[in-house]
Amino acid sequence: MRELVVETRDLRRTFGKKDEIEAVVGVDLEVAAGSIFGFLGPNGAGKTTTLRILATLLPPSSGVARVMGVDVATEPEEVRRRIGYVAQSGGSDPRMSGRGELVMQGRLFGLSGAEARERAAQLLDAVDLADAGDRPIDTYSGGMRRRLDVALGMVHRPGLLFLDEPTTGLDPQARARMWDEVRRLRETGTSVFLTTHYLDEADALCDRLAIIDHGKIVAEGTADELKKAVAGDVLTIGVDGAAELVAQLLGAQPFVREAGLADGVVRLYVDDGEASLPLVLRLLDGQGLAPQTLALHRPSLDDVFLRQTGRSLREEAA
Amino acid sequence: MTAAAPARVGTQHKDSPMRLFSDTWLVFRRSLGLTIRQPAWLVAGVVQPFVYLLLFGPLLNSLSGVPGFPPGGAFNVFVPGLLVMTALFGSTFVGFGFIDEMRHGVVERMRVTPMSRTAAVLGRTLRDVCVFGVQGLILVVLAIPFGLTINPIGLVVAFALLGLIGLVLGPVSYAMALVIGSEDALAPLTQAIALPLLLLSGVMLPMSLAPDWLRTIATLNPLYHATLAIRALFNADWSSPDIVTGLVTTGIFALLSVFVASRAFNRQTA
Repeated sequence: MRELVVETRDLRRTFGKKDEIEAVVGVDLEVAAGSIFGFLGPNGAGKTTTLRILATLLPPSSGVARVMGVDVATEPEEVRRRIGYVAQSGGSDPRMSGRGELVMQGRLFGLSGAEARERAAQLLDAVDLADAGDRPIDTYSGGMRRRLDVALGMVHRPGLLFLDEPTTGLDPQARARMWDEVRRLRETGTSVFLTTHYLDEADALCDRLAIIDHGKIVAEGTADELKKAVAGDVLTIGVDGAAELVAQLLGAQPFVREAGLADGVVRLYVDDGEASLPLVLRLLDGQGLAPQTLALHRPSLDDVFLRQTGRSLREEAA
Repeated sequence: MTAAAPARVGTQHKDSPMRLFSDTWLVFRRSLGLTIRQPAWLVAGVVQPFVYLLLFGPLLNSLSGVPGFPPGGAFNVFVPGLLVMTALFGSTFVGFGFIDEMRHGVVERMRVTPMSRTAAVLGRTLRDVCVFGVQGLILVVLAIPFGLTINPIGLVVAFALLGLIGLVLGPVSYAMALVIGSEDALAPLTQAIALPLLLLSGVMLPMSLAPDWLRTIATLNPLYHATLAIRALFNADWSSPDIVTGLVTTGIFALLSVFVASRAFNRQTA
């Protein structure tokens, strides 16, 4: 049996006096050791709540979550020794130096002063902050600060690192660098569980993905598997004012698997894009409609996302 | 980022005395280091009591003959009050700095370590005690030329009592900050607590001047007893029961406060 670093069964979390707000409603997850796992979802879908439960910051209302083989509800302290957690906001005091924070973190995990200093130097080297290590953190760039956050999560050599939106707000260069950092973690045997709302990030970086919406996992698999599940090709048609009518008309056609509407653009999921194009044009023409834009493409993760959640992640990210 | 052998990770239970002690020391050192880097607190801490001594102290000189005014010179009444006030303001507003730490994610980061939750409160509170302790010492030194008389043992015990005041008020401020999480809501609440505590402590004017009903309410305030005790300590009035009453009352409130605050920090949902 393969080793699992995260395993949840029917995980639930409600908020409010009468449990009226259901943030997570029955999440089942399995994350294999040594992989990069991506957790995708629109804002408010339960992404952060799930992450916080797994990182012992929030107890589940019901269900079971085992992280590194340990139950988060009954042995949160043991979980904390085995995981690293990097919040979206980071976790360092801007007045401290990077080295100072790393040493502090090491001491909190039970290292002696000398051990903590040695480990801090090692980590500063590893994330390429050796020169900046003694400067106050408020002089760091966004990318440097994020690398320090990752180093802080790795001080005690956890088997699993949680990264909440690791590249949000970073420029493209710093993002690419962070991806390298995350891949290096996997190479050294650390499993990574990250949340993101960048589909290219999920596509390029993650071995497996799960999409969460309304507190439930709606799709799970590798990026390729998820894209294949959408099947066929995607036609996007822009028709000013008549999008709803067009979606209805085309949705009823036998060659169309599914028609959807997003951002005023009609999206058709068809088996054969090339053969469908003339049919679509003829049908529109018959109604006296002329499309402003017409595009044919292979399904992207955004299509997967749109199909599973009814929302475009691009829109969410904006 | 090598993942060779797992690091030696502390095996003590988080609430073991060793863990509590070492984590408190770590948090204390870290917060003190951060405070020392901003010497503004020292300037404010010296200027403010000096202004009181200069502009408010002289008023008291003419009061010291009034019936009901406590024994000792005006400044032996006034300076202990100022010290309690320094402790009060040095402890009730510490939550604001803590909210800043929360905003930077520092508090959450440390919650995902095996760190003792009580140490998070205790370490920071001890830093606050050191800060207003130094301010208080400067105040005492400045007040001697004005006519303050001191007794060395009395002074040491008085500052220990000030430390206990810090342990009463600081943890409450931190716990409120943790639960409330925003300055906007914390400010009015802190004011609502600090002002009656101040007025009912006999710090500004001695409570011996107050009508009975007001004094009765004041006896519920640990700061009232602490103020009386510190006055007795400055006068080296060892026979005064106020000293023991002040130490015991403040000590009990301090224990209670640390207990309640560390419970709040232990509750995962907070």
